[in-house]
Amino acid sequence: MKYACLIYSDEQDTVANPDPSTEAFAPMMAGYFAFGEKNGEKIAAGEALQSVATATSVRVRDGETVATDGPFAETKEQLGGFYIVEADDLDEAISMAIQIPHAHTGTIEVRPVMNFD
Amino acid sequence: MVATLARDFGDLAEAEDAAQDAVEQALRAWRTAGVPDNPGAWLTTVARRRAIDRLRRASRGREKTELAARLDERLGSSDLDDLDLDATMLRDDQLRLIFACCHPALTPEAQMALTLRSVGGLTTREIAAGFVVSEATMAQRLVRAKKKIAAAAIPFRIPPDAELLARTEIVRTVVYLIFTEGHLSAEGDELIRTDLCAEAIRLAALLVELTPDDPESLGLWAHLVLTDARRAARLDSDGELVLLSDQDRALWDEGKILRGTEVLDQALRLGRPGPLQIQAAISALHAAAPTAAETDWEQIELLYRQLFQLNPSPVVRLNHAVAVHEAGHVSGALEMLDDPLLAQALDDYRPYHVARGKLLADTAPELALAALERAAEFPASGPEQRHLDVVLAELRRS
Repeated sequence: MKYACLIYSDEQDTVANPDPSTEAFAPMMAGYFAFGEKNGEKIAAGEALQSVATATSVRVRDGETVATDGPFAETKEQLGGFYIVEADDLDEAISMAIQIPHAHTGTIEVRPVMNFD
Repeated sequence: MVATLARDFGDLAEAEDAAQDAVEQALRAWRTAGVPDNPGAWLTTVARRRAIDRLRRASRGREKTELAARLDERLGSSDLDDLDLDATMLRDDQLRLIFACCHPALTPEAQMALTLRSVGGLTTREIAAGFVVSEATMAQRLVRAKKKIAAAAIPFRIPPDAELLARTEIVRTVVYLIFTEGHLSAEGDELIRTDLCAEAIRLAALLVELTPDDPESLGLWAHLVLTDARRAARLDSDGELVLLSDQDRALWDEGKILRGTEVLDQALRLGRPGPLQIQAAISALHAAAPTAAETDWEQIELLYRQLFQLNPSPVVRLNHAVAVHEAGHVSGALEMLDDPLLAQALDDYRPYHVARGKLLADTAPELALAALERAAEFPASGPEQRHLDVVLAELRRS
Protein backbone atom coordinates (compact mmCIF):
# COMPACT_ATOMS: atom_id res chain seq x y z
CA MET A 1 0.00 0.00 0.00
CA LYS A 2 0.97 3.65 -0.31
CA TYR A 3 2.09 5.94 2.48
CA ALA A 4 2.79 9.67 2.47
CA CYS A 5 5.91 10.69 4.34
CA LEU A 6 5.40 14.36 5.20
CA ILE A 7 8.63 16.12 6.09
CA TYR A 8 8.37 18.77 8.78
CA SER A 9 11.18 20.93 10.11
CA ASP A 10 11.96 24.44 11.29
CA GLU A 11 12.82 26.49 8.21
CA GLN A 12 14.76 28.98 10.32
CA ASP A 13 16.98 26.27 11.79
CA THR A 14 20.17 26.46 9.73
CA VAL A 15 21.32 23.03 10.91
CA ALA A 16 18.14 21.40 9.61
CA ASN A 17 17.89 23.61 6.55
CA PRO A 18 21.24 25.08 5.59
CA ASP A 19 21.31 27.85 3.00
CA PRO A 20 22.32 26.57 -0.48
CA SER A 21 25.30 28.96 -0.40
CA THR A 22 26.79 27.28 2.69
CA GLU A 23 28.97 24.19 2.97
CA ALA A 24 26.40 22.26 4.99
CA PHE A 25 23.97 22.23 2.06
CA ALA A 26 25.75 19.69 -0.13
CA PRO A 27 25.90 16.92 2.53
CA MET A 28 22.17 17.32 3.20
CA MET A 29 21.35 17.05 -0.48
CA ALA A 30 23.68 14.06 -0.76
CA GLY A 31 21.61 12.43 1.97
CA TYR A 32 18.49 12.90 -0.14
CA PHE A 33 20.15 11.55 -3.29
CA ALA A 34 21.29 8.51 -1.33
CA PHE A 35 17.76 8.01 0.02
CA GLY A 36 16.33 8.23 -3.50
CA GLU A 37 18.89 5.83 -4.90
CA LYS A 38 18.43 3.26 -2.17
CA ASN A 39 14.63 3.33 -2.25
CA GLY A 40 14.06 4.33 -5.84
CA GLU A 41 11.76 1.44 -6.68
CA LYS A 42 9.58 2.15 -3.68
CA ILE A 43 9.22 5.88 -4.16
CA ALA A 44 6.10 6.72 -6.17
CA ALA A 45 6.52 10.50 -5.90
CA GLY A 46 8.39 13.09 -3.94
CA GLU A 47 8.90 16.84 -3.98
CA ALA A 48 10.62 19.48 -1.91
CA LEU A 49 8.60 22.63 -1.31
CA GLN A 50 9.77 26.22 -1.34
CA SER A 51 9.65 28.18 1.91
CA VAL A 52 6.31 28.99 3.59
CA ALA A 53 7.10 32.62 2.81
CA THR A 54 6.11 31.81 -0.78
CA ALA A 55 2.80 30.20 0.20
CA THR A 56 -0.66 31.53 -0.53
CA SER A 57 -3.73 30.12 1.20
CA VAL A 58 -7.06 30.32 -0.58
CA ARG A 59 -10.61 29.48 0.40
CA VAL A 60 -13.97 29.92 -1.28
CA ARG A 61 -16.85 31.10 0.91
CA ASP A 62 -20.29 31.98 -0.43
CA GLY A 63 -18.89 31.94 -3.94
CA GLU A 64 -16.18 34.38 -3.06
CA THR A 65 -12.49 33.54 -3.26
CA VAL A 66 -10.35 34.79 -0.43
CA ALA A 67 -6.60 34.54 -0.77
CA THR A 68 -4.21 35.22 2.11
CA ASP A 69 -0.47 35.47 2.21
CA GLY A 70 1.30 32.66 4.07
CA PRO A 71 0.79 29.03 5.04
CA PHE A 72 -2.44 27.44 6.32
CA ALA A 73 -1.19 27.61 9.92
CA GLU A 74 1.76 29.33 11.55
CA THR A 75 3.65 26.52 13.23
CA LYS A 76 7.09 26.09 14.71
CA GLU A 77 7.90 23.39 12.18
CA GLN A 78 6.68 23.63 8.61
CA LEU A 79 5.88 21.15 5.86
CA GLY A 80 8.94 21.25 3.66
CA GLY A 81 8.38 18.32 1.32
CA PHE A 82 6.96 14.86 0.96
CA TYR A 83 7.39 11.41 -0.50
CA ILE A 84 4.76 8.91 -1.53
CA VAL A 85 6.24 5.47 -0.88
CA GLU A 86 5.08 1.95 -1.55
CA ALA A 87 5.33 -0.35 1.48
CA ASP A 88 3.84 -3.65 2.64
CA ASP A 89 2.96 -2.36 6.09
CA LEU A 90 3.54 0.47 8.53
CA ASP A 91 6.81 -1.01 9.78
CA GLU A 92 8.30 -0.95 6.28
CA ALA A 93 7.04 2.61 5.75
CA ILE A 94 8.61 3.68 9.05
CA SER A 95 11.89 1.97 8.17
CA MET A 96 11.99 4.12 5.01
CA ALA A 97 10.86 7.30 6.75
CA ILE A 98 13.70 7.15 9.25
CA GLN A 99 16.20 7.16 6.37
CA ILE A 100 14.97 10.58 5.22
CA PRO A 101 17.69 13.06 6.24
CA HIS A 102 15.23 15.38 8.01
CA ALA A 103 14.18 12.54 10.34
CA HIS A 104 17.29 13.62 12.31
CA THR A 105 16.56 17.33 12.45
CA GLY A 106 12.77 17.46 12.09
CA THR A 107 9.84 15.06 12.11
CA ILE A 108 8.42 12.77 9.43
CA GLU A 109 4.68 12.17 9.62
CA VAL A 110 3.82 8.81 8.07
CA ARG A 111 0.24 8.51 6.82
CA PRO A 112 -1.45 5.80 4.80
CA VAL A 113 -2.87 7.09 1.52
CA MET A 114 -6.61 6.69 1.01
CA ASN A 115 -7.51 3.82 -1.32
CA PHE A 116 -10.67 4.40 -3.38
CA ASP A 117 -10.57 1.12 -5.31
CA MET B 1 -8.59 -17.84 18.11
CA VAL B 2 -8.85 -14.11 17.56
CA ALA B 3 -5.04 -14.06 17.56
CA THR B 4 -4.83 -16.64 14.77
CA LEU B 5 -7.49 -14.93 12.71
CA ALA B 6 -5.99 -11.49 13.19
CA ARG B 7 -2.69 -12.74 11.79
CA ASP B 8 -4.48 -14.06 8.74
CA PHE B 9 -6.53 -10.94 8.14
CA GLY B 10 -4.37 -8.13 9.42
CA ASP B 11 -7.64 -6.77 10.74
CA LEU B 12 -8.73 -7.11 14.33
CA ALA B 13 -12.33 -6.08 13.91
CA GLU B 14 -12.72 -8.58 11.06
CA ALA B 15 -11.12 -11.30 13.19
CA GLU B 16 -13.41 -10.65 16.13
CA ASP B 17 -16.51 -10.66 13.92
CA ALA B 18 -15.44 -13.92 12.31
CA ALA B 19 -14.79 -15.49 15.70
CA GLN B 20 -18.21 -14.37 16.90
CA ASP B 21 -19.85 -15.91 13.80
CA ALA B 22 -17.98 -19.15 14.31
CA VAL B 23 -19.01 -19.46 17.94
CA GLU B 24 -22.65 -18.97 16.99
CA GLN B 25 -22.41 -21.59 14.27
CA ALA B 26 -20.58 -23.95 16.62
CA LEU B 27 -23.23 -23.71 19.30
CA ARG B 28 -25.87 -24.68 16.73
CA ALA B 29 -23.80 -27.51 15.19
CA TRP B 30 -22.56 -28.98 18.46
CA ARG B 31 -26.07 -29.13 19.87
CA THR B 32 -26.98 -31.67 17.20
CA ALA B 33 -23.66 -33.36 16.34
CA GLY B 34 -21.87 -33.18 19.69
CA VAL B 35 -18.61 -31.39 20.53
CA PRO B 36 -15.69 -32.33 18.21
CA ASP B 37 -12.34 -33.61 19.54
CA ASN B 38 -10.54 -30.33 19.04
CA PRO B 39 -13.17 -27.62 19.46
CA GLY B 40 -10.62 -24.78 19.31
CA ALA B 41 -9.30 -25.85 15.91
CA TRP B 42 -12.82 -26.48 14.68
CA LEU B 43 -13.81 -22.96 15.65
CA THR B 44 -10.76 -21.39 14.03
CA THR B 45 -11.39 -23.21 10.79
CA VAL B 46 -15.03 -22.26 10.68
CA ALA B 47 -14.15 -18.68 11.55
CA ARG B 48 -11.62 -18.56 8.70
CA ARG B 49 -14.19 -19.85 6.22
CA ARG B 50 -16.72 -17.36 7.51
CA ALA B 51 -14.23 -14.58 7.18
CA ILE B 52 -13.35 -15.55 3.62
CA ASP B 53 -17.03 -15.46 2.70
CA ARG B 54 -17.38 -12.15 4.41
CA LEU B 55 -14.33 -10.74 2.66
CA ARG B 56 -15.52 -11.94 -0.74
CA ARG B 57 -18.84 -10.26 -0.16
CA ALA B 58 -17.21 -7.09 1.02
CA SER B 59 -14.30 -7.08 -1.35
CA ARG B 60 -14.36 -4.33 -3.85
CA GLY B 61 -10.66 -3.58 -3.65
CA ARG B 62 -7.79 -5.59 -5.02
CA GLU B 63 -6.13 -6.05 -1.65
CA LYS B 64 -9.07 -7.68 0.07
CA THR B 65 -9.50 -10.21 -2.73
CA GLU B 66 -5.84 -11.04 -2.42
CA LEU B 67 -6.34 -11.50 1.27
CA ALA B 68 -9.15 -13.93 0.65
CA ALA B 69 -6.95 -15.85 -1.78
CA ARG B 70 -4.14 -15.99 0.74
CA LEU B 71 -6.53 -17.38 3.30
CA ASP B 72 -7.84 -20.00 0.92
CA GLU B 73 -4.28 -21.14 0.47
CA ARG B 74 -3.72 -21.29 4.23
CA LEU B 75 -6.79 -23.39 4.68
CA GLY B 76 -5.69 -25.71 1.93
CA SER B 77 -7.36 -29.09 2.09
CA SER B 78 -7.54 -29.21 5.87
CA ASP B 79 -10.50 -31.23 7.00
CA LEU B 80 -12.71 -30.02 9.80
CA ASP B 81 -12.73 -33.44 11.47
CA ASP B 82 -9.02 -33.97 11.23
CA LEU B 83 -7.35 -30.82 12.47
CA ASP B 84 -4.39 -30.66 14.77
CA LEU B 85 -3.47 -27.10 15.55
CA ASP B 86 -0.16 -27.20 17.24
CA ALA B 87 0.35 -25.29 20.45
CA THR B 88 3.43 -23.50 19.16
CA MET B 89 1.44 -21.93 16.37
CA LEU B 90 -1.21 -20.72 18.78
CA ARG B 91 1.44 -19.26 21.05
CA ASP B 92 3.18 -17.52 18.16
CA ASP B 93 -0.15 -16.13 17.00
CA GLN B 94 -0.69 -14.66 20.44
CA LEU B 95 2.74 -13.06 20.35
CA ARG B 96 2.07 -11.58 16.90
CA LEU B 97 -1.13 -10.15 18.23
CA ILE B 98 0.63 -8.73 21.30
CA PHE B 99 3.24 -6.99 19.16
CA ALA B 100 0.53 -5.48 16.95
CA CYS B 101 -1.45 -4.30 20.00
CA CYS B 102 1.71 -2.87 21.57
CA HIS B 103 2.90 -1.15 18.38
CA PRO B 104 4.61 2.18 19.11
CA ALA B 105 2.25 3.84 16.60
CA LEU B 106 -0.54 3.44 19.20
CA THR B 107 -0.87 5.39 22.45
CA PRO B 108 0.04 3.57 25.68
CA GLU B 109 -3.64 3.67 26.77
CA ALA B 110 -4.69 2.08 23.49
CA GLN B 111 -1.87 -0.49 23.73
CA MET B 112 -3.05 -1.65 27.15
CA ALA B 113 -6.74 -1.71 26.26
CA LEU B 114 -6.20 -3.54 22.97
CA THR B 115 -3.93 -6.11 24.56
CA LEU B 116 -6.52 -6.88 27.21
CA ARG B 117 -9.36 -7.00 24.69
CA SER B 118 -7.68 -8.97 21.92
CA VAL B 119 -5.11 -11.11 23.71
CA GLY B 120 -6.73 -11.39 27.12
CA GLY B 121 -10.28 -11.67 25.83
CA LEU B 122 -11.65 -9.32 28.49
CA THR B 123 -14.87 -7.54 27.58
CA THR B 124 -14.95 -3.82 26.90
CA ARG B 125 -17.03 -3.42 30.06
CA GLU B 126 -14.42 -5.25 32.16
CA ILE B 127 -11.54 -3.24 30.74
CA ALA B 128 -13.46 0.00 31.31
CA ALA B 129 -14.06 -1.05 34.93
CA GLY B 130 -10.39 -1.96 35.36
CA PHE B 131 -9.25 1.48 34.20
CA VAL B 132 -12.12 3.31 35.88
CA VAL B 133 -13.42 4.98 32.70
CA SER B 134 -16.88 4.74 31.16
CA GLU B 135 -17.67 1.85 28.87
CA ALA B 136 -18.38 4.28 26.03
CA THR B 137 -14.96 5.91 26.40
CA MET B 138 -13.23 2.53 26.39
CA ALA B 139 -15.27 1.31 23.40
CA GLN B 140 -14.28 4.43 21.47
CA ARG B 141 -10.63 3.98 22.41
CA LEU B 142 -10.70 0.38 21.17
CA VAL B 143 -12.50 1.20 17.93
CA ARG B 144 -10.07 4.00 17.15
CA ALA B 145 -7.05 1.78 17.79
CA LYS B 146 -8.42 -1.09 15.70
CA LYS B 147 -9.18 1.29 12.86
CA LYS B 148 -5.65 2.57 12.94
CA ILE B 149 -4.20 -0.97 12.88
CA ALA B 150 -6.27 -1.72 9.78
CA ALA B 151 -5.90 1.63 8.00
CA ALA B 152 -2.17 2.11 8.58
CA ALA B 153 -1.46 -1.62 8.10
CA ILE B 154 0.27 -2.21 11.40
CA PRO B 155 1.73 -5.70 10.84
CA PHE B 156 0.86 -8.79 12.86
CA ARG B 157 4.25 -10.33 13.29
CA ILE B 158 7.02 -10.90 15.74
CA PRO B 159 9.49 -8.08 14.98
CA PRO B 160 12.77 -8.98 13.26
CA ASP B 161 15.79 -9.43 15.55
CA ALA B 162 17.05 -5.90 14.95
CA GLU B 163 13.87 -4.43 16.44
CA LEU B 164 12.96 -7.19 18.86
CA LEU B 165 14.75 -5.74 21.89
CA ALA B 166 13.15 -2.31 21.64
CA ARG B 167 9.72 -3.69 20.79
CA THR B 168 9.85 -6.22 23.62
CA GLU B 169 10.59 -3.40 26.00
CA ILE B 170 7.36 -1.67 24.99
CA VAL B 171 5.43 -4.89 25.53
CA ARG B 172 7.03 -5.27 28.97
CA THR B 173 5.96 -1.74 29.86
CA VAL B 174 2.39 -2.46 28.75
CA VAL B 175 2.30 -5.70 30.74
CA TYR B 176 3.73 -3.94 33.80
CA LEU B 177 1.14 -1.15 33.52
CA ILE B 178 -1.70 -3.67 33.18
CA PHE B 179 -0.51 -5.38 36.35
CA THR B 180 -0.10 -2.09 38.22
CA GLU B 181 -3.60 -1.08 37.19
CA GLY B 182 -4.95 -4.31 38.70
CA HIS B 183 -2.73 -4.24 41.74
CA LEU B 184 -2.62 -0.64 42.89
CA SER B 185 -5.93 0.88 41.99
CA ALA B 186 -8.11 1.05 45.08
CA GLU B 187 -11.17 1.66 42.96
CA GLY B 188 -13.21 -0.69 40.85
CA ASP B 189 -14.31 -4.30 41.07
CA GLU B 190 -11.85 -6.47 42.97
CA LEU B 191 -12.48 -9.56 40.81
CA ILE B 192 -11.81 -7.70 37.59
CA ARG B 193 -8.65 -6.24 38.99
CA THR B 194 -7.50 -9.76 39.92
CA ASP B 195 -8.11 -10.71 36.27
CA LEU B 196 -5.86 -7.86 35.13
CA CYS B 197 -3.05 -9.14 37.36
CA ALA B 198 -3.48 -12.74 36.22
CA GLU B 199 -3.50 -11.70 32.57
CA ALA B 200 -0.37 -9.58 33.05
CA ILE B 201 1.46 -12.55 34.61
CA ARG B 202 0.36 -14.81 31.74
CA LEU B 203 1.60 -12.26 29.18
CA ALA B 204 4.90 -11.94 31.03
CA ALA B 205 5.26 -15.74 30.84
CA LEU B 206 4.68 -15.61 27.07
CA LEU B 207 7.43 -13.00 26.76
CA VAL B 208 9.77 -15.26 28.73
CA GLU B 209 9.06 -18.02 26.21
CA LEU B 210 9.81 -15.67 23.32
CA THR B 211 12.96 -14.19 24.83
CA PRO B 212 14.24 -16.78 27.35
CA ASP B 213 17.71 -15.19 27.34
CA ASP B 214 16.45 -11.69 28.07
CA PRO B 215 16.92 -11.26 31.82
CA GLU B 216 14.50 -8.33 31.92
CA SER B 217 11.64 -10.54 30.70
CA LEU B 218 12.48 -13.01 33.48
CA GLY B 219 12.76 -10.07 35.87
CA LEU B 220 9.31 -8.80 34.90
CA TRP B 221 7.71 -12.19 35.50
CA ALA B 222 9.50 -12.56 38.84
CA HIS B 223 8.55 -9.05 39.96
CA LEU B 224 4.88 -9.52 39.09
CA VAL B 225 4.64 -12.93 40.76
CA LEU B 226 6.49 -11.77 43.90
CA THR B 227 4.20 -8.76 44.17
CA ASP B 228 1.11 -10.86 43.47
CA ALA B 229 2.15 -13.25 46.26
CA ARG B 230 1.05 -10.59 48.75
CA ARG B 231 -2.46 -10.33 47.30
CA ALA B 232 -4.36 -12.11 50.09
CA ALA B 233 -2.79 -9.85 52.72
CA ARG B 234 -3.40 -6.59 50.89
CA LEU B 235 -7.03 -6.20 51.90
CA ASP B 236 -8.46 -6.54 55.39
CA SER B 237 -11.82 -8.13 56.22
CA ASP B 238 -13.55 -4.85 55.36
CA GLY B 239 -11.92 -4.82 51.91
CA GLU B 240 -9.60 -1.95 52.86
CA LEU B 241 -5.97 -1.74 51.72
CA VAL B 242 -3.38 -2.83 54.30
CA LEU B 243 0.05 -1.13 54.19
CA LEU B 244 2.99 -3.44 53.48
CA SER B 245 4.45 -3.01 56.98
CA ASP B 246 1.12 -3.97 58.60
CA GLN B 247 0.32 -7.01 56.47
CA ASP B 248 -0.19 -10.48 57.96
CA ARG B 249 2.73 -12.26 56.34
CA ALA B 250 1.25 -15.69 57.03
CA LEU B 251 -1.21 -14.85 54.23
CA TRP B 252 1.56 -14.40 51.66
CA ASP B 253 1.68 -17.11 49.00
CA GLU B 254 4.78 -19.23 49.75
CA GLY B 255 4.66 -21.04 46.41
CA LYS B 256 4.63 -17.83 44.41
CA ILE B 257 7.45 -16.37 46.49
CA LEU B 258 9.52 -19.49 45.86
CA ARG B 259 8.87 -19.52 42.10
CA GLY B 260 9.43 -15.78 41.79
CA THR B 261 12.71 -15.97 43.67
CA GLU B 262 13.89 -18.91 41.55
CA VAL B 263 13.17 -17.11 38.29
CA LEU B 264 14.82 -13.96 39.61
CA ASP B 265 17.96 -16.00 40.40
CA GLN B 266 17.85 -17.40 36.87
CA ALA B 267 17.68 -13.82 35.50
CA LEU B 268 20.52 -12.57 37.70
CA ARG B 269 22.75 -15.47 36.61
CA LEU B 270 22.62 -14.09 33.06
CA GLY B 271 24.72 -11.21 34.38
CA ARG B 272 22.91 -8.30 32.74
CA PRO B 273 21.03 -6.45 35.48
CA GLY B 274 18.21 -4.09 34.56
CA PRO B 275 15.46 -2.06 36.22
CA LEU B 276 12.91 -4.91 36.31
CA GLN B 277 15.37 -7.37 37.85
CA ILE B 278 16.23 -4.80 40.51
CA GLN B 279 12.57 -4.22 41.31
CA ALA B 280 12.06 -7.98 41.50
CA ALA B 281 15.02 -8.21 43.88
CA ILE B 282 13.47 -5.53 46.11
CA SER B 283 10.18 -7.49 46.11
CA ALA B 284 12.10 -10.66 46.94
CA LEU B 285 13.79 -8.99 49.92
CA HIS B 286 10.42 -7.84 51.29
CA ALA B 287 9.06 -11.34 50.73
CA ALA B 288 12.02 -12.92 52.53
CA ALA B 289 11.55 -10.91 55.74
CA PRO B 290 9.63 -12.89 58.42
CA THR B 291 8.47 -9.60 59.99
CA ALA B 292 8.48 -5.99 58.77
CA ALA B 293 11.11 -5.16 61.39
CA GLU B 294 13.46 -7.81 59.97
CA THR B 295 13.41 -6.35 56.46
CA ASP B 296 16.92 -6.06 55.02
CA TRP B 297 16.78 -2.32 54.35
CA GLU B 298 20.55 -2.09 53.83
CA GLN B 299 20.23 -4.32 50.75
CA ILE B 300 17.09 -2.58 49.57
CA GLU B 301 18.85 0.76 49.89
CA LEU B 302 21.69 -0.50 47.66
CA LEU B 303 19.20 -1.80 45.12
CA TYR B 304 17.37 1.52 44.94
CA ARG B 305 20.73 3.23 44.47
CA GLN B 306 21.34 0.96 41.44
CA LEU B 307 17.83 1.46 40.17
CA PHE B 308 18.28 5.22 40.30
CA GLN B 309 21.45 4.95 38.23
CA LEU B 310 19.54 3.07 35.52
CA ASN B 311 16.32 5.03 35.83
CA PRO B 312 16.95 8.45 37.38
CA SER B 313 13.34 9.43 38.04
CA PRO B 314 12.16 11.55 40.99
CA VAL B 315 9.89 8.75 42.28
CA VAL B 316 12.79 6.27 42.35
CA ARG B 317 14.82 8.92 44.19
CA LEU B 318 12.02 9.25 46.77
CA ASN B 319 11.88 5.47 47.28
CA HIS B 320 15.64 5.43 47.64
CA ALA B 321 15.48 8.15 50.31
CA VAL B 322 12.84 6.17 52.23
CA ALA B 323 15.09 3.09 52.09
CA VAL B 324 18.05 5.17 53.31
CA HIS B 325 15.88 6.26 56.25
CA GLU B 326 14.67 2.74 57.00
CA ALA B 327 18.28 1.56 56.89
CA GLY B 328 18.93 3.98 59.76
CA HIS B 329 20.51 6.99 58.05
CA VAL B 330 18.00 9.70 58.91
CA SER B 331 20.07 12.77 58.09
CA GLY B 332 21.24 11.35 54.76
CA ALA B 333 17.64 10.61 53.80
CA LEU B 334 16.53 14.15 54.73
CA GLU B 335 19.29 15.67 52.67
CA MET B 336 18.11 13.67 49.66
CA LEU B 337 14.49 14.72 50.12
CA ASP B 338 15.33 18.39 50.61
CA ASP B 339 17.22 18.58 47.33
CA PRO B 340 15.45 21.57 45.73
CA LEU B 341 15.15 19.85 42.34
CA LEU B 342 13.47 16.81 43.86
CA ALA B 343 11.23 18.97 46.08
CA GLN B 344 10.07 20.84 43.01
CA ALA B 345 9.54 17.73 40.88
CA LEU B 346 7.48 15.97 43.57
CA ASP B 347 5.58 18.95 45.00
CA ASP B 348 2.30 17.53 43.67
CA TYR B 349 3.05 13.98 44.80
CA ARG B 350 1.42 12.97 48.08
CA PRO B 351 3.92 10.22 49.06
CA TYR B 352 6.73 12.79 48.94
CA HIS B 353 5.14 14.92 51.65
CA VAL B 354 4.22 11.87 53.77
CA ALA B 355 7.81 10.57 53.63
CA ARG B 356 9.26 13.97 54.45
CA GLY B 357 6.83 14.45 57.35
CA LYS B 358 7.73 11.09 58.86
CA LEU B 359 11.45 11.75 58.54
CA LEU B 360 11.17 15.13 60.24
CA ALA B 361 8.86 13.95 63.06
CA ASP B 362 11.62 13.30 65.60
CA THR B 363 13.95 16.19 64.85
CA ALA B 364 11.69 19.02 63.67
CA PRO B 365 8.06 18.40 64.66
CA GLU B 366 6.85 21.75 63.33
CA LEU B 367 8.28 21.16 59.86
CA ALA B 368 6.91 17.62 60.01
CA LEU B 369 3.44 18.91 60.79
CA ALA B 370 3.59 21.32 57.84
CA ALA B 371 4.67 18.51 55.48
CA LEU B 372 1.96 16.14 56.67
CA GLU B 373 -0.73 18.79 56.50
CA ARG B 374 0.32 19.38 52.91
CA ALA B 375 0.03 15.62 52.30
CA ALA B 376 -3.47 15.62 53.78
CA GLU B 377 -4.59 18.00 51.02
CA PHE B 378 -4.30 15.19 48.44
CA PRO B 379 -6.96 12.52 47.90
CA ALA B 380 -5.94 9.06 49.16
CA SER B 381 -7.40 5.64 49.86
CA GLY B 382 -9.15 5.07 53.21
CA PRO B 383 -6.33 3.27 55.02
CA GLU B 384 -3.69 5.68 53.74
CA GLN B 385 -5.80 8.58 54.93
CA ARG B 386 -6.39 7.00 58.36
CA HIS B 387 -2.70 6.20 58.71
CA LEU B 388 -1.90 9.85 58.04
CA ASP B 389 -4.60 11.02 60.51
CA VAL B 390 -3.02 8.93 63.28
CA VAL B 391 0.46 10.33 62.65
CA LEU B 392 -0.93 13.87 62.47
CA ALA B 393 -2.85 13.46 65.74
CA GLU B 394 0.29 12.24 67.55
CA LEU B 395 2.31 15.17 66.28
CA ARG B 396 -0.32 17.72 67.31
CA ARG B 397 -0.43 16.26 70.84
CA SER B 398 3.31 16.54 71.38
